[in-house]
Amino acid sequence: MFPIRVKDLVVMPKDRPILNGVNLTLDGDGISVILGPNGAGKSVLMRTLAGLNEYHSGEIDWRGEQAPEQRIAFVFQHPMMLRSSVCHNVTLGLKSLPLSKAEKQQRVSEVLEHVGLAHRTNESARLLSGGERQRLALARAWVTKPRLLMLDEPTAALDPTATEAVEKIIQEISADGTRIVMTTHNMGQALRLAKEIIFVHDGQVSEQSPSTQFFEEPQSEEARLFLKGELPWRVGFNA
Amino acid sequence: MGETLLQALSLLTQLDPAIMSIVGLSLQVSLSALVIGSLIGMPFGALLAVAQFPGRTTLVVLVNSFMGMPSVVLGVLVYLMLSRSGPFGDYGLLFSPTAMIIAQTLLVLPLIAALTRQIIEDTWKDYELELKANHLSKRQSVMVLLYDCRFSLTVAVLAGLGRAISEVGAVMIVGGNIEGFTRVMTTAIALETSKGDLPLSIALGLVLIGIQIALNWGTHGVRSWAMRRYG
Repeated sequence: MFPIRVKDLVVMPKDRPILNGVNLTLDGDGISVILGPNGAGKSVLMRTLAGLNEYHSGEIDWRGEQAPEQRIAFVFQHPMMLRSSVCHNVTLGLKSLPLSKAEKQQRVSEVLEHVGLAHRTNESARLLSGGERQRLALARAWVTKPRLLMLDEPTAALDPTATEAVEKIIQEISADGTRIVMTTHNMGQALRLAKEIIFVHDGQVSEQSPSTQFFEEPQSEEARLFLKGELPWRVGFNA
Repeated sequence: MGETLLQALSLLTQLDPAIMSIVGLSLQVSLSALVIGSLIGMPFGALLAVAQFPGRTTLVVLVNSFMGMPSVVLGVLVYLMLSRSGPFGDYGLLFSPTAMIIAQTLLVLPLIAALTRQIIEDTWKDYELELKANHLSKRQSVMVLLYDCRFSLTVAVLAGLGRAISEVGAVMIVGGNIEGFTRVMTTAIALETSKGDLPLSIALGLVLIGIQIALNWGTHGVRSWAMRRYG
């Protein structure tokens, strides 16, 4: 599956491209954080890699394999919770996997223990706090034992305590052997978690470098301006 | 008027056997039609909500249109199908409770399917990406959506029951309103009123309204509990 090579990827849902010739290589371990201004195409890039968006042209090479969708998991910024128990929401992730009922139950119990929700197994998922919901969403992804996990701003709108809990779980999932690609607008979080930074600007990857190098000595002008908070707003997509 | 009402209440408090028999058959026919209509209409409506195929819009418009199908027209169509010279005439179902169940099923099916389609389609817009990200097939997605919307779908079931239990045209035509065999509340009310037996008509009318209120009350209670329990 790894390395995943993305070549000249163009996503153009209507008349204008959202991703305009993305080139990228993802190797097999660690956490990559995709940074970039709003509207740069970060979420679209992740959704396209996860097979949730169609792409217009270009190539995604999964080391010569068919896109192994069953081994990719995705956690959204506002994860959907079914009107049922915490436990039932986790099993949603397992519906498509050919596992026995006992195996599924064991996995669910283990993962709920890991994310600190074992004591709330039978409670309604919709009545959980924002932080707990996000931990539940991570559990739903983790329970599938994915090879690649995409996280779209997993701690947006969470308080520092909830953010810390979510970051701890992300690190545990990574240590468990899952490759993680995530977006965030929290620079501190990117610095804490990322092995590498993928900087997206204007629908293209303008820089992909190790985290420390990116923050200390960014290679692209756009990244430099972004880190200084001086990247100019684009007025319209053709400006 | 007051005396007629008192006589009607008297019939009810005495648990008049004729009334009980009519109410029992009404419930048997309408609930059977409702169960069959829900079992077919809900998955069909949900599938229509999530599937994309050529002609989908036409099908949605047709299903919505059939919601308002006049029951007498449907009654005539079922009559033609079940009559001796019709394609299903050999089964001898005409003027039987089975024929009435078939007619009412066809009556509630588009209503339940259309309401289910609307409820599921609204939810699908919010859930689509998440369900796709969890690699669920269309069939699995439909099952998840039906389960998740179960409390909202009670509206579709109630509407179906209201349509079935209160209609008179179809059951009159295919059932024949035979006393003790195919006479239900609505056909009995129509007949007894024309004969001038108003106490019986009013008594049956009160039962009919009472059943509707009781079921709506119960459903409202379940929905309220579910909202508190599941959010």
